[in-house]
Amino acid sequence: MADVRISEVSKRYAEKSVLESLSLEVRDGECFTLLGPSGCGKTVLLRLIAGFESPDSGTISIGGESVADAATGQRLPPDQRGLGMVFQDYAVWPHMSVYENVAYPLKLAGSTALRERTMRAIGLVGLDKLEQRFPSQLSGGQQQRVALARALVSEPRLLLLDEPLNNLDAHLREEMRFEIKALQRQLGVTILYITHDQEIALGISDRIAVMDERGRLRQIGAPDEVYEHPVDDFIFRFLGVANFLPVRREDGVLRIAGLPEPWRGPAPDKPGDVLTVGFRPSDVALAPESGDSTGLSGVVRRASFLGAQMDYLIDVAGTQIRAALPSHECVARGLVFAEGDSCRVELANAHWFEGEITNKGIL
Amino acid sequence: MAYIELRQVSKHFGDVVAVDRLDLNIEQGECIAMLGPSGCGKTTTLRMVAGFEDLDDGEIRVGERCLSSKKKNFYIPPEDRNFGMVFQAFAVWPHLSIYENVAFPLRIRKLPKEEIAKRTEEALKHTNLFSVASNRPDDLSGGGKQRVALARALAIRPDVMLLDEPLSSLDPHFREEMRFEIKDLQRRFGFSILYVTHDQSEAMALSDRILVMRLGVVQQTGTPLEVYGSPSNRFVFEFIGLSSFIETALGADGMSIDGVSYPWPNGMLPAEDIRADGRGVLAVRPFEIEFLDPVGTAGVPGAVTRKVFLGETIDYRIQVGGTEVRVQKTRRDPGPAVGENVKLGFPQPHWYRVGGD
Amino acid sequence: MGKTSRFGTAQLLFVLSVGILVVVVAVPMLLIFFNAFWVNGHFNVADVIRVLRQSETYEALLNSLFLSSGVTITGTLVGTFFAWLVTRTDLPLKKTMKLLFLVPFMLPAFIGALAWKMLLSPRAGYINRLFMDVFGFSSPIFDIYTYAGIILVETMYLFPFVFIQVSGALERMDPTLEESARISGADLFTITRKITIPLVMPSILSGALLIMLYSMAHFGTVAVLGVETGIYNIPTLIYEKIHQSAGSFDSIRTATVLATVLVITAAFILWLQNRVLNQGRYQIIAGKSFRPSELKLRTWRIPMLVFCLLYIGLTIVLPTVTIFMVGGLKTYGLPFVSENMTWENYRYILFEWDLTRDAIWNSVSLGLSAALITMFAGVIISYVIVKMKVRGKGILEFLGMLPFSVPGSVIALGVILAWSGKYGINLYNTVWIILVAYVARYMAFSLKANSAALEQVHDSLVEAARASGATMWQALKDVVVPLVRPGMMAAFFLIFLPALRELTVSVLLYGPTTRTIGVAIYTLNEDGETVYSAALAGIALVIIVTGEILIKRLVAGKSNA
Repeated sequence: MADVRISEVSKRYAEKSVLESLSLEVRDGECFTLLGPSGCGKTVLLRLIAGFESPDSGTISIGGESVADAATGQRLPPDQRGLGMVFQDYAVWPHMSVYENVAYPLKLAGSTALRERTMRAIGLVGLDKLEQRFPSQLSGGQQQRVALARALVSEPRLLLLDEPLNNLDAHLREEMRFEIKALQRQLGVTILYITHDQEIALGISDRIAVMDERGRLRQIGAPDEVYEHPVDDFIFRFLGVANFLPVRREDGVLRIAGLPEPWRGPAPDKPGDVLTVGFRPSDVALAPESGDSTGLSGVVRRASFLGAQMDYLIDVAGTQIRAALPSHECVARGLVFAEGDSCRVELANAHWFEGEITNKGIL
Repeated sequence: MAYIELRQVSKHFGDVVAVDRLDLNIEQGECIAMLGPSGCGKTTTLRMVAGFEDLDDGEIRVGERCLSSKKKNFYIPPEDRNFGMVFQAFAVWPHLSIYENVAFPLRIRKLPKEEIAKRTEEALKHTNLFSVASNRPDDLSGGGKQRVALARALAIRPDVMLLDEPLSSLDPHFREEMRFEIKDLQRRFGFSILYVTHDQSEAMALSDRILVMRLGVVQQTGTPLEVYGSPSNRFVFEFIGLSSFIETALGADGMSIDGVSYPWPNGMLPAEDIRADGRGVLAVRPFEIEFLDPVGTAGVPGAVTRKVFLGETIDYRIQVGGTEVRVQKTRRDPGPAVGENVKLGFPQPHWYRVGGD
Repeated sequence: MGKTSRFGTAQLLFVLSVGILVVVVAVPMLLIFFNAFWVNGHFNVADVIRVLRQSETYEALLNSLFLSSGVTITGTLVGTFFAWLVTRTDLPLKKTMKLLFLVPFMLPAFIGALAWKMLLSPRAGYINRLFMDVFGFSSPIFDIYTYAGIILVETMYLFPFVFIQVSGALERMDPTLEESARISGADLFTITRKITIPLVMPSILSGALLIMLYSMAHFGTVAVLGVETGIYNIPTLIYEKIHQSAGSFDSIRTATVLATVLVITAAFILWLQNRVLNQGRYQIIAGKSFRPSELKLRTWRIPMLVFCLLYIGLTIVLPTVTIFMVGGLKTYGLPFVSENMTWENYRYILFEWDLTRDAIWNSVSLGLSAALITMFAGVIISYVIVKMKVRGKGILEFLGMLPFSVPGSVIALGVILAWSGKYGINLYNTVWIILVAYVARYMAFSLKANSAALEQVHDSLVEAARASGATMWQALKDVVVPLVRPGMMAAFFLIFLPALRELTVSVLLYGPTTRTIGVAIYTLNEDGETVYSAALAGIALVIIVTGEILIKRLVAGKSNA
């Protein structure tokens, strides 16, 4: 069990700077996720911590022990860092059985009770009775569990997970997410998880660090904190479907651009005359046109029944926004709209951003 | 009379029954999704309609035309059926430009030059490919290639479009976008769609009616709302969306879970034959389960074991006796915390036989 | 600490790799260029042109070009047709047919040429005699000692290059590419013309260029069938020059000039093939696997099967049977009746005659040693090229490409120049010179097999071992080596089997006691010992086919585990 401290780390490849003076702290025993678009440098950061790359400047320490220091040139090779690591492509050795794969780290360490500990790790990930199988006889999900057992068997102080769930189908992905979480609670290991999938990040982490495409940390916080209180529109956009409406302050009165009636929702926490209000599809409450709602008037452009949810695309003053409502509530409260219907739109949980932000990719 | 008619269509591969006496009517302009797990026979059905497989029994008709008939031993080859078809792996020809890909079916039909140019351009414009028409399709993303395939299928202005998992090779982001594009094109051109997918949300978003299949047998045919709201059996219930199942013992005036008795939820009694069994499975959608007043008299008591914030939804696991029940709420409902005791309400429950489908 | 030691290891492996390639490949090549272009210490192009304009060399160049073009065209047509037949039609017994079409690959072309000589030489050939003596034809029905004869025989043994590439591409091709054309309204014939053939065109071209490369550098068939009537190609002329000259400077120069032309042509063909592969290879593999629609041959089904069987009978069975029958004759030329047949020839060459016994022993020991040396050298060099980040890797990659483009006769010539005492070491007339040449010749096979295996070993597999606590060396030992072992095995057999039947290189390098099987068969035939030549060829075929079958078993057993 260990904390990880990264301070002032920079890394360049040829002419391209990937990480610049990045500092980060992962607390002992937490599940910490680095979330960012592909190519943002999160994998490089993981490889720096693992020891497959060395930083151009800055220091990295694990559990209080320095593992890389660019100033002194000190660098602990990966095999001496006491890590467990799971790779995106599983990296299960095809010429070894499940048992041999999982036992390998213990064998190298010359551990006692090898068989017992190996079997315990195999049991932990639910692969009992499959220990004699070879990886080619296992499904993708099972191979991923072998990789997990192998990473856990020597009870590492730090577990590094490199998008391990990406290649799995949705159902397995959810199952494995639960399993990793359960294992973390059971063993108390520190987990550093990297992914570009915000759903996995939200579901698995104690804290999330969001990186942008230039390798900068934009926000660190608990999942609900990052989701409900994004520091800027990049975070807001990256974490889910984002609706934006342009708002103008004219003579001290706020209006949705293009609408005559003044804005009646919560007051903005940002100054300026050109503002944008952002909200999630679930922040949209709909009411029938005929009712007594004082919400913005909108026209339903598209209505899709998706099972548990109704998905509406609504035109509000020329801007398209999306609304998601639980289907059973729609049915119960008479909110099943058809295309072309008029409705009233009320917003909750508005986020304010300065300047104009366009609705990219909202469909 | 329906526009497309499949009557008692069957297909065997060796001893395996791929499709068993399937009946289906499709109206003009209707979109039908065939939904089921892999190996359920949905793709085989589509390929029989396309003409890539012959029938072991039954008949397929479109309009006045008979396409395949086992009895009459009659079979029109795929090239003469005049359908548009889009495949999972795009099947866009890499050695031809995008324009030539789309023009191919028209050239095969030996249409006059101007007609070919006109229709090709039209199809390219409708799929936003006009500006890149002279490029090779290899430069395009998966979504782009699938648009080429759509344009190629559109070019002949077919009455019937066959779509074989057209979105499952695409990135999740493009999947949603393409879904809407297909819907738009159908609205504009009015063709009928027969759509194969294993993704229930795709099926529900796109189609007028859904046909759920399993092991070659049709389980249910109905509108998305019908199939979701009134699944004909446990398999359909589970396949069509997230589900929570609780096994219960059934008495004369209520149910009991692990020895504790409760009145029928919302007064919804199981059917006679299930009650006769003495036990049954209570099936509910996680989103529809309600958190009732924890100190009130109504509802089934349980304890929150897990609560995960997933963004738009919050995912709960509630321990009810020996069963873990999944509950989902939107993030705007302030729900209970982990460890709290709750009472669950089950509006609109479904009952199925224990061990049945 | 760990950092510096790894740096040292990398450098060591790098220097070792460059060293092997320089000594074995680069030096002999440079000596050829040097001898071709330097006369009395001066660079001299005029002299090269003079050599090229001699009618003898000039004709050999034209012959090489003409023959290899002919073989390429016929081989590509035959290979593509059969590939299409076994993958896209409802031909009966397709699987068996597919295997049978690969058999010619196992058989040495020059033994085939020998058989066809026995069957179709204008006067003595059994078929010609059958037609003249029995059916009363006034002249031979076919003369094998012609351009047409040579092209026919080479086609029989080289068409699998195209067959393998094209049938592989057709099998892997996503069937929906063709189905989408059908649903667009095209019939099967149109689809074949407009979709299928264009899509596999890169595979066809790439196979065709392989045929061309091989035929260009091919010695055996032309030596057996062409030389009699004065048809020389480049490799046979090089052989002629080296052998008749007894080391005269002029003929060595002519040979080096010819070799230079051959190398340049080969390099050009390979470059072209690379371009075809890189630019034209479409992504046509994807999707669900349905069987592609098969063209129904209907009434042509049985005639096509008969045609295939007839082709196989004529090109594989007939020559093979002829070899064994002639090998069992008491005297060449006698009719095949039982009182003319004997086992004595086989017994004699296997157990009594030093010349043939030596040849078998030489070939087996040379094959084994060359395969072992090349396998280990290949795995080291491939490792540096594929996995290591070392400065100067570009040079190594270039050197590694060389063996692919250097034909056997060129290697032999280079080895003669480098190792006949001029530079301190004289290996001429020993087996060692053949061994050096074999290592150079087969390095390409080993590099190909080993780099393919190494590319399969994804970096993350090694990194996973490091993260598990393994040092660099432990990761190599426990992960890399076990995973590359199948590649090394493949390399071993890819070298051992062809080395057993090798002729082109050893025919230029053999001495009185260092004949290989190939050389022995060839020289016995030249000396008119046709029966013994055939008997030894028969024995060689048995060894080769047994070896191939054993390996197929071995490889199949491995991949199932």
